[in-house]
Amino acid sequence: MSLLDVENLWVKFPTRQGVFDAVRGVSFTLGKERLGIVGESGSGKSMTGRAILRLIRPPGIVQADHIKLGGDDLLQKSEKDMRAVRGQRISMVMQDPKFSLNPVMRIGDQLIEAYRLANKSDRKGAKSTAIEALEAVSIRDPERVMRAYPHEMSGGMGQRIMIAMMLIPDPEILIADEPTSALDVSVQRQVLSIMDKLVTDRGMGLIFISHDLNLVADFCDRVLIMYSGRVVEVCQADRLHEATHPYTRGLLKSLPRLDQPQGKLQVLKRDPAWADAPSVSGRA
Amino acid sequence: MSMLSVSDLNVWFGTGRDRVDAVRDATFDVPAGESFGLVGESGSGKSTILRAITGLAPTWSGRIEVNGMTLGPRRDRAFYKTVQMVFQDPYASLHPRHSVDAVLGETLHLHGFKDIDARVVKLLDDVGLGGQFRFRYPHQLSGGQRQRVAIARALAGEPEILLLDEPTSALDVSVQAEILNLLTDLRAERSLTYVMVSHDLAVVGHMCGRLAVMKDGRIVEIMDVQALRDRQATHPYSQELLRNSIGA
Ligand SMILES: Nc1ncnc2c1ncn2[C@@H]1O[C@H](COP(=O)(O)OP(=O)(O)OP(=O)(O)O)[C@@H](O)[C@H]1O
Ligand SMILES: Nc1ncnc2c1ncn2[C@@H]1O[C@H](COP(=O)(O)OP(=O)(O)OP(=O)(O)O)[C@@H](O)[C@H]1O
Ligand SMILES: [Mg+2]
Ligand SMILES: [Mg+2]
Repeated sequence: MSLLDVENLWVKFPTRQGVFDAVRGVSFTLGKERLGIVGESGSGKSMTGRAILRLIRPPGIVQADHIKLGGDDLLQKSEKDMRAVRGQRISMVMQDPKFSLNPVMRIGDQLIEAYRLANKSDRKGAKSTAIEALEAVSIRDPERVMRAYPHEMSGGMGQRIMIAMMLIPDPEILIADEPTSALDVSVQRQVLSIMDKLVTDRGMGLIFISHDLNLVADFCDRVLIMYSGRVVEVCQADRLHEATHPYTRGLLKSLPRLDQPQGKLQVLKRDPAWADAPSVSGRA
Repeated sequence: MSMLSVSDLNVWFGTGRDRVDAVRDATFDVPAGESFGLVGESGSGKSTILRAITGLAPTWSGRIEVNGMTLGPRRDRAFYKTVQMVFQDPYASLHPRHSVDAVLGETLHLHGFKDIDARVVKLLDDVGLGGQFRFRYPHQLSGGQRQRVAIARALAGEPEILLLDEPTSALDVSVQAEILNLLTDLRAERSLTYVMVSHDLAVVGHMCGRLAVMKDGRIVEIMDVQALRDRQATHPYSQELLRNSIGA
């Protein structure tokens, strides 16, 4: 059975030029798996993730036939019940990590608070758990980082702190929006292996939003490829390099390669027909 | 002649048990027109080096020369005419209540340009954003769209040196290809000098002639791009980095 079931999801923004549809009729299910979402900038990846948690700011509107978590439709829940879902059952690592942290509160206090909200533990126990969480994401000097403020962290450290934070409530589903885009390959591996363990050992469902095609091909189970608010292709991650849609092929071809130096990179030529075709279903 | 020269640069933050030696004894030289890469571990001091050059690091020692002139503790206007930086975090670097038009117009005005309207249109076009984005605010843009605005802003004053901190790590690969091609063209047309931080070795391999590998505040190795392609690193850390990124 799937953990999450999204049917016919739309995200709309009224603008002066009319309504802009950022997500157009996307359907998919998520099991105990690593589901990748790739696609170009502005294709609606983040809005899809945020819409599931009903985190689209007004005047934006979320519509869907249903967004089912277990048996419950998230669209029918009150705002109060949604807050409990966000805190406990579904966590999201936002694309802008430093903005999700409180800028005027020490990182340690934020981690401890998150931990104590999720578990009824004393401050001391929470502190040592927080330090362990930082060590798990390869933070070198966790004691200093606990005392520091978000602006004192490097780009990649901010990302890793957010990941540590989101894993504290032991969620059923983690939505990770570009969680490793600022990490060097070594640290990236460590962070991915943490998420991987949660999926394999604890049966967590992971939605992994990324523009790193090689990474997604290597790390995920299935991939949805988005274009202009729709899913244009769905494939097994390890077969991503054999994808057939011209858009996906174009994305793959625009990657620079160490072994094949070239003067100019190939640029995608977009075909208006891609945006018109109906969304492909991502149901497993 | 070298356009940018950094010698024995040390940068530190905090005191006592909270002191961080973010950069230790960094030395490198970038000739005019070259593109120089900085790669290495997360938290190893890459962004801090760029911030020290632009005058955003409060405590540092060593010597930084731009175009033969040694930089003092303050950066003047002429400096920012020559050197511009694109920051790692496209979210933090744009003012939330300024529209794209205001950000670019204001920057052009500060640089003393008169034909602002035409230049805003040209800049947006250069970074591949259509006219419909001109009057949007940052929260109405995706991550990649914001980064393109940040690049347009850096290009506004027609600088000679561009410091690029992970300029495409927030971008999807098709926009990345467009931006990297744009940076390649600009460098050829205007003989710009680049220092580029990236965690993506394939991107550095594509853009840069030489690169420095950093770990724990230090430059452990400076290598040329051919050595990178041939995977011939000498320092154990660079070897590990190359091994981990096989397939790139
Ligand atoms: N408040 C808003 N008003 C109007 N349009 C918006 C608003 N917020 C987002 N959009 C648009 O919605 C589209 C989808 O945005 P989204 O953030 O989901 O893109 P993305 O696929 O995550 O891109 P990236 O890879 O660059 O992060 C974009 O074209 C964006 O400009
Ligand atoms: N304002 C600050 N106050 C205190 N420490 C800081 C500050 N800015 C940076 N640091 C510390 O300096 C070190 C180097 O940070 P820097 O941002 O240069 O790393 P980086 O190599 O760019 O990493 P990443 O690839 O993750 O962006 C880190 O340990 C960071 O915590
Ligand atoms: Mg996004
Ligand atoms: Mg950095």
